[in-house]
Amino acid sequence: MSNYHTKSVTELSAMLQAGEVSSVELTQYFLDRIKNNDDKLNSFITVCEEQALAQAAESDEKLKAGNAPLLTGVPIAHKDIFCTDGVKTSCASKMLDNFVSPYDATVVTNMRAAGVVMLGKTNMDEFAMGSSNETSFYGGVKNPWDTLTVPGGSSGGSAAAVAARLAPAATGTDTGGSIRQPAALCGLTGLKPTYGRVSRYGMIAFASSLDQAGTFTQTAEDSALMLNVMSGLDEKDSTSVDKEVPDYTTNLNQDLKGLKIGLPKEYFDEGLNADVAKVVEAAIAEYKKMGAEIVDISLPNSHLSVPAYYVIAPAECSSNLSRFDGVRFGYRCDDPKDLEDMYKRSRGEGFGEEVKRRIMIGAYVLSAGYYDAYYLKAQKIRRLISDDFKAAFEKVDVIMGPTAPDVAFKIGEKSDDPISMYLSDIYTIAVNLAGLPGMSVPAGFVNGLPVGLQITGNYFKESQLLNVAHQYQKNTDWHRAIPEDFS
Amino acid sequence: MSYDSNWEVVIGLEIHCQLATKSKIFSGSSTAYGAEPNTQANAVDLALPGVLPVFNKEALRLAVKFGLAVDAEIGMRSVFDRKNYFYPDSPKAYQITQMDHPIVGVGHMDIELENGETKRIGITRAHLEEDAGKSMHGAYHGMTGIDLNRAGTPLIEIVSEPDMSSAKEAVAYMRKIHSLVRYIEISDGNMQEGSFRCDANVSVRPVGQKELGTRAELKNINSFRFVEKAINIEIERQIDVIEDGGKVVQETRLYDADKNETRSMRSTEEANDYRYFPDPDLLPVVIDEAYVDALRKELPELPEQKKQRYIKEFELSSYDADVITSSRELADYFETVNAKCGDAKLAANWVTGELAARLNKEEIEITDSKVDAGAYAGLLLRIKDNTISGKIAKDVFEAMWQGEGSADEVIESKGLKQITDSSAIEAMVDEVIVNNPTQFEELKSGKDKMMGFFVGQVMKASAGKANPGQVNQLMQKKLKG
Repeated sequence: MSNYHTKSVTELSAMLQAGEVSSVELTQYFLDRIKNNDDKLNSFITVCEEQALAQAAESDEKLKAGNAPLLTGVPIAHKDIFCTDGVKTSCASKMLDNFVSPYDATVVTNMRAAGVVMLGKTNMDEFAMGSSNETSFYGGVKNPWDTLTVPGGSSGGSAAAVAARLAPAATGTDTGGSIRQPAALCGLTGLKPTYGRVSRYGMIAFASSLDQAGTFTQTAEDSALMLNVMSGLDEKDSTSVDKEVPDYTTNLNQDLKGLKIGLPKEYFDEGLNADVAKVVEAAIAEYKKMGAEIVDISLPNSHLSVPAYYVIAPAECSSNLSRFDGVRFGYRCDDPKDLEDMYKRSRGEGFGEEVKRRIMIGAYVLSAGYYDAYYLKAQKIRRLISDDFKAAFEKVDVIMGPTAPDVAFKIGEKSDDPISMYLSDIYTIAVNLAGLPGMSVPAGFVNGLPVGLQITGNYFKESQLLNVAHQYQKNTDWHRAIPEDFS
Repeated sequence: MSYDSNWEVVIGLEIHCQLATKSKIFSGSSTAYGAEPNTQANAVDLALPGVLPVFNKEALRLAVKFGLAVDAEIGMRSVFDRKNYFYPDSPKAYQITQMDHPIVGVGHMDIELENGETKRIGITRAHLEEDAGKSMHGAYHGMTGIDLNRAGTPLIEIVSEPDMSSAKEAVAYMRKIHSLVRYIEISDGNMQEGSFRCDANVSVRPVGQKELGTRAELKNINSFRFVEKAINIEIERQIDVIEDGGKVVQETRLYDADKNETRSMRSTEEANDYRYFPDPDLLPVVIDEAYVDALRKELPELPEQKKQRYIKEFELSSYDADVITSSRELADYFETVNAKCGDAKLAANWVTGELAARLNKEEIEITDSKVDAGAYAGLLLRIKDNTISGKIAKDVFEAMWQGEGSADEVIESKGLKQITDSSAIEAMVDEVIVNNPTQFEELKSGKDKMMGFFVGQVMKASAGKANPGQVNQLMQKKLKG
């Protein structure tokens, strides 16, 4: 009985390269796992069985020919926010339920070129707006550790799929914590690179100045392999950065003696679950054992990050989502009376409640007479928050703390209370506002539910982040845990 | 204009000028005009989910050139903003434009008034933006067709100060800008294809009133003739409204050329809040002095410089120099004619006279002239060497225009060569004197006016072919007896 699902991407890659398993075999194995298990989770919106097997066969040819790139033949899942040529790309919205993209996102192109096989498209919060994956048009996703709880969001489908080992790894996007928070709640290694490191082309925009693509993997080593393929300047994205892409795997084994870890006092306040705090403290203690030095720091404006985010992100989304107007693609209402009726009903019927809430907030904060008081002020706060980090990184190498204030909450628990839902990203949002790279690494359990340790690095220091995470994973095995029902 | 002098008119123009780039401002699609609908619209132009704009640096170059040509401040750091509004031909439901930090700042353009004076019109700013697509009503059984070929074509919107005080001034300014953008080759200026069009802000106030009257914006006027008509009709309308005790409403109005009237497009209640904000998909555009200097060096001789040179070098009148330099093509034509015929004044007279009149009559541009500059110079050479008179030259020109050949061929085939044989002319002179004895007596008694009569009669007798100078000389001789 094979147990490919217990293997990391790094291990599967080695097996493929050594010819111990074929890509077709591996792909079929994960397609079967999806078929047999996903009814419990709802983590996929689309499974691409035929295409995946065809891609796998191609990858096998490349592997046979030799010199195939490391990820050749490895099957993964893409968040349904990435456009995929010829495959439905819905962003978990009724608005795009009928949308088949005619082109590939750059992330997808890069993965394809590296020989990676796409198993399918994962569920998510509608247009990436949500922290529990409950806003999806295709229904909520369940957390494999306890199917009565949420997997986090917005990349909940990717997180649940990898946590249940229905895919060895998956892509995600992180606008305010949408990779790190679900990674924490599902016990995975989640990486959000520096803003501009990975192209946003073909990634359906939520908030353009905050969105960044990243990965869900079992290990930091896997994240490094994936990031190698995803990163780099893209001429189609003016905000992607022309900065050399190092081999992120080469730095993983550096020891951490003398590493300065900053602990912001604001991340350990009364909003944090005491048991989660203990898990995080234990992880910090582990780092001390490895020779790291702990420095108390302050990010004095961090309490402003959620309010500033909920001005900037909705402002951008209100404009970004205006293109969904029923004219050229996507949902159009039945029998429109006239143009205005078509706009109003197509958008009114095509978007879910949370999306509409944010569009309305965004339109409000940008409107004449309110722009200065909201949008401009939020931009000023954003600068203050970046400055806080800048000052902190003069003293420390990385910043650590909890990824989320609590473990996975019950389905429905926060769906009627947007503010309490928004607060579940309280520790992750500031990192997006500053554009910094961040990770969440499995650090233990509270009541059988995973807890994530958040590690934030300085701009373009992904190599260092991955090194810091990998060293921890060499000394712990939280990241190896698989939910019982899916073992 | 028929309105009385108790009213003062204030006009400002916003000119939209398409930049002559090969591809669109934020996508790689072609900007060529006239293709089948939607064949020049790629994923970015269609605003498919996930696509991003990438700024075409050629549009930047052309916009900066414009700024330099109107002596404007150049925005060393310009920023793209989103102007949000829903309309089917605006696929993103926002237009990428520049709000607070335009690429071109304060500049100016001088126009010639009818009384010969020069007036300086202020340019407030010029910013880069993308054009919208086109809605096509009617042809689709109650539906509206959308053609996105034009969507994303680069534009500069040139905003003037409200410095013009008549429709004529507005047209003069618009013509100057039109001529300039073609001189510096940043736009084809093709008004039929919509490459150059304008919105006019018009208001009136009683003479002596300090504050401006309420303005109406006339949208999308795409010919010089319509600009003049639309503004004049709007001035009359506003004066009528006020004189009837009403108030002018601030609104957008559309000029209907068929009915020669303006009518309201949108009322103020529906006024859009465009919710401008900086486009997070595009970085601020930062340029340096070296970049600007290089473009300054690329600028050709500008119309004003050319005009001054013509006045100095060729001793042309200010008026002639102004007319000839009104378009680069006309100036080029003039220079070719001048180079070949070697007489600048003759060339200027004939270019601004016979040729200009003909072009005007046929409503065509100099580039479509049926007589090219080389052929036209050939005609002037025959005037210069006395082969034909100026009067005959007009007939020759007409024949050349009809495609009957070069000046020499027409003169030859029609036998229009000037008669310079003195004895032949003298015979005609004698005959005219004999036939008009009373008039000849009057001439002899000092009535100099009669000289014109005799020269005219001889010319008539020669079918215009006699050399007028020689006729004159011979008449003088006869007079002295």
